[in-house]
Amino acid sequence: MVPIAKRLAALARSTALVAGFALAAAIPMVSAQAAQPEQYFPLQSYRVGPYAAGGTGFFGGFIDYMNLINLRDGGVNGVKLTWDECETQYIVERGVECYQRQKTHVPGPSAWNPLSVGIAYAMIDGVTADKVPLITIDHGRTDSTDGAVFPYVFPLLMNPYSESSGIINFIGSRLGGDAKLAGKSIVVLYHGSPYGRETVPIYKLLAAKYGFTVKQIEVPAPGTEQESEWLTIRRTNPNYVVLRGWGVMNPVALKTAQKVGFPADHIIGNVWSNSEEDVIPAGGAAKGYIALTTQATGTTYPVVQDIERLVYGAGKGNLADKARIGSVYHNLGIVNGILNVEAIRIAQAKFGDRTLTGDEVRWGFEHLQLDPARVKALGAEGLFHSINVTCSNHEGDGYVTFQQWDGAKWVRISDWIAPDWTLLRPIIETSANKYAKEHSITPRDCAKETVAAN
Amino acid sequence: MSAWSFFFEVLVAGLAAGIMYSLVAIGFVLIYKTSGVLNFAQGAMLLFAALTFVSLHERGMPFLYALAITFLVMVILGIAIEKFVLRPMINQPPITLFMVTLGLSYIIEGSAELIWGTQVHGLDLGIQDEPMQIAGVLVSQFDLFCAAVAAVMVAALTILFRYTRIGLSFRAAAEDQYAALNIGLRLPFIWAAVWATAGIVALVAGLLWGARTGVQFSLSLVVLKSLPVLVLGGFDSIAGAIIGGLIIGATENLAQVYLGPYIGDGIDSWIAYVVALGFLLVRPSGLFGQKLVERV
Amino acid sequence: MSSAILERQANSQGLPGLKSFRGPFLVLLVFAVVIPQVHSDYLFDAILTPFLAISLAALGLNLLTGYAGQVSLGSAAFMAVGAFAGYNFLLRIPGLPLLAGLAFAGLTAAVIGIVFGLPSLRLRGFYLAVSTLATQFFVQWALTNISWFSNDDTSGVISPPPLHLGGFALDSPVRRYLLCLGVVAVLTFLAMRLVSGQTGRALIAVRDSELGARVLGVKVLRTKLFIFAVSSFYIGVAGALWSFAYLRTIEPDGFDLDRSFQILFVIIIGGLASIRGAFLGAAFIVVLPLLLSRAGAILLGPGFDSGLVDLVQKIFLGALIILFLRLEPAGLSALVGRLRIRRNAT
Repeated sequence: MVPIAKRLAALARSTALVAGFALAAAIPMVSAQAAQPEQYFPLQSYRVGPYAAGGTGFFGGFIDYMNLINLRDGGVNGVKLTWDECETQYIVERGVECYQRQKTHVPGPSAWNPLSVGIAYAMIDGVTADKVPLITIDHGRTDSTDGAVFPYVFPLLMNPYSESSGIINFIGSRLGGDAKLAGKSIVVLYHGSPYGRETVPIYKLLAAKYGFTVKQIEVPAPGTEQESEWLTIRRTNPNYVVLRGWGVMNPVALKTAQKVGFPADHIIGNVWSNSEEDVIPAGGAAKGYIALTTQATGTTYPVVQDIERLVYGAGKGNLADKARIGSVYHNLGIVNGILNVEAIRIAQAKFGDRTLTGDEVRWGFEHLQLDPARVKALGAEGLFHSINVTCSNHEGDGYVTFQQWDGAKWVRISDWIAPDWTLLRPIIETSANKYAKEHSITPRDCAKETVAAN
Repeated sequence: MSAWSFFFEVLVAGLAAGIMYSLVAIGFVLIYKTSGVLNFAQGAMLLFAALTFVSLHERGMPFLYALAITFLVMVILGIAIEKFVLRPMINQPPITLFMVTLGLSYIIEGSAELIWGTQVHGLDLGIQDEPMQIAGVLVSQFDLFCAAVAAVMVAALTILFRYTRIGLSFRAAAEDQYAALNIGLRLPFIWAAVWATAGIVALVAGLLWGARTGVQFSLSLVVLKSLPVLVLGGFDSIAGAIIGGLIIGATENLAQVYLGPYIGDGIDSWIAYVVALGFLLVRPSGLFGQKLVERV
Repeated sequence: MSSAILERQANSQGLPGLKSFRGPFLVLLVFAVVIPQVHSDYLFDAILTPFLAISLAALGLNLLTGYAGQVSLGSAAFMAVGAFAGYNFLLRIPGLPLLAGLAFAGLTAAVIGIVFGLPSLRLRGFYLAVSTLATQFFVQWALTNISWFSNDDTSGVISPPPLHLGGFALDSPVRRYLLCLGVVAVLTFLAMRLVSGQTGRALIAVRDSELGARVLGVKVLRTKLFIFAVSSFYIGVAGALWSFAYLRTIEPDGFDLDRSFQILFVIIIGGLASIRGAFLGAAFIVVLPLLLSRAGAILLGPGFDSGLVDLVQKIFLGALIILFLRLEPAGLSALVGRLRIRRNAT
């Protein structure tokens, strides 16, 4: 029997060791140039794992744009942009750990851009308590569009409902007018996850409004096998198939479509089925496939050319493969960079050209209004259309466009199309109010907010 | 289209999908049969093989050279795994060995992406997948090709096991390790040979799956589709892997098409396991598995 | 195979009296009194809370796999059941106390555990292990597809309601950590009592020889189903804590096969048939990757490609696991046990 004192001593030693490790892990990260005014962006990126292609492109574009602002303009009105990366592999709890780790940075985060529905959801409570905006460009909770209930969440440019409506409007225009939708048949093939299921009620609503029949078929994740789904589609013989995929599900869908003889140019992909990485693995089967996007592809836009010339010219480019400059995810990252930087610029106009707090940046996002003229001045004319964020509308009425894969590159085949926002608004509010009730949130009065701001 | 011809189409497509599952399952069987290890790293090996081949080919190496080099790499990988990872673990309980192969899959997946990058690649084996009609039923050329490859592979493995010396030693080792040792068989050599063979099987499966899904990280997830096949066919029978694959593929597709509308979509994620499970309750060691009272 | 398990049994805890609770009690004291004095949200939210939740799940699995010898690859499914059940009970019964909600979450998981434990009456080894995958995939499918479980939320990802304990709001990381600690402490105490009593002996008998157990008068079928239920209860509560106190979001995707493997890793590395092993293993599996990623970030500098760092870590972790299984197949628990014996000898 060991004396109790000895036992206690051993226990204390081991506790000290554990505490030491824990403390080492908990030391806040202090940036080297804390003296200069800086605006810090924590990047919860994913560069490995099943969704690495999207992560490297998007975060590469975002970083490239921030580098451009630093190199070309010396920052935003003299305030340097800084960032660091924390790898999530698209796994929720790793994203949460990154959030806990990066939020201790001095100065504090400007905004969070996880590009992951799961991670974004896990952060909603946290960012609201910490008063830092959470940006979910082109994805996220649809009802977070209602800024009265979700003051810190911004599904910029396009939420999933707008996306569905945009796709149906496009199909209508292909058929020669919305009236022609009546009596047609559309199949929606969706990823078997909360992300995939989110639009199920919306397609039903749209079908009722326009009089087409809709059949929605789930593909269990990850979607490496879709024989039965496509045979069902073949039997249904719809006019169009909407592909709401993610990752490996997309090329497999295109391959299997070819196998059952369904034409690729009658498959319309959504915003997470629209990248080069989704079509290249499908080879010839992808030729003719059409997909929605909120930002055009290619390097013809001044801002993209500046990045190529100044950032990659200086050897500071983020993409390992220069051929990916101007690809779908890269351009989405650039647009995301523009929106973040402009939010800061707008907030600086109100609060001064200094390091802003997260809450001040939030104000900037809530007044992020870029009309086509401003978008042109930013060198992004044609890259994306415009955005008009307000207190009650955190999406900002983004326009969508459609592109077709010609076997080697994406070719734009439509104008900028406006989703049917007025149709969707009441459902968004109902859902947001339900969330408010479940979480005992009293919605803000946006009418008052606007008055106070002016 | 008549209801019957549709039924046959679904059935044929299901059988074809089943062959793809079998290709992966055979890799498991080889190793389980001779060394009692459920090798979860099979999926990672598949990814590694396909990624190595595609990357070499994309860097301008001719098809056959790339194939030969990948072949060699997989053989070396198989031998190395046996020598450095599993041999020191002899006599550990199966569950520990299973965990070791999980650790191994981390290493192989990580190395594959570290060496070749995380890009998504297309893989064209030169077989067009235009639909074609046979007796009014839609059949895919690519599926026929896969079936032929699977048949050749099974034939080759059968010949190897039945008619060659090394194959006989495989079987001896599979039947009774101690007896095999007693009569002077070099078990480490046999195991190394089996792992190398499993590496080659992974290469074949990786190329066929890669042509279907593109070569990317998700390729390592196809093992999940082959596990119910193993349960159904037995962990230690190649014939079982083939028959199990066909049954699983067919029922999965038929269930999705004909039961899906009533139960709900996406049931093919679990229906295979339920089929396998239901079957097991009748025959606890699978279709062709040896009746072993085995404990983990 | 069974010889290895018998060897291991020597390392597992014997039948301790009350005295043996002293060590764990001291550890608990440190965790409950000393550590909360540290002011770091990161420590609680990113390290200790997930550590406790995973430890509890591993404890549950260890009862099933370590003590009773039934391998399960479906732990994450039971965590998911617990999380969703807890959410629904708290949502649909207004005024239900949080602890009652957690208990109901565990009970629901226990019921599901009995149902999916039925194949164990007939299957063994890997056949049983793979068939528990049916649970894994079926539960994930059901929770994704039946929208009632997520209260018809359009997105299918739900956030738990604010947590209260008798009018006391659990709104800070430390408080949520203390909730976990309390629940885990109580359940750990009960588990220690369980395995050191007659039931524990029955479980080990079933594991080592079903026939032998039957000869000794152990009701094998009932024991198996009982331990499936208890194990699932623990794992269900762990799932509820994981999503309520740690992630603050509930989504079926978070309870995938990788999570099941993670928990299996914890008990193998920590040591089968050991209560202590669940905690040691969880510390290894949850905390080590964080330290590795910190070390990677510091060693290689912030400008380094974070993806590469992560790949290197993944390879390193895999190698470490293999090395560990090779050098210490009986787990951390055995290692600690040996250290203690050596210290006692000096």
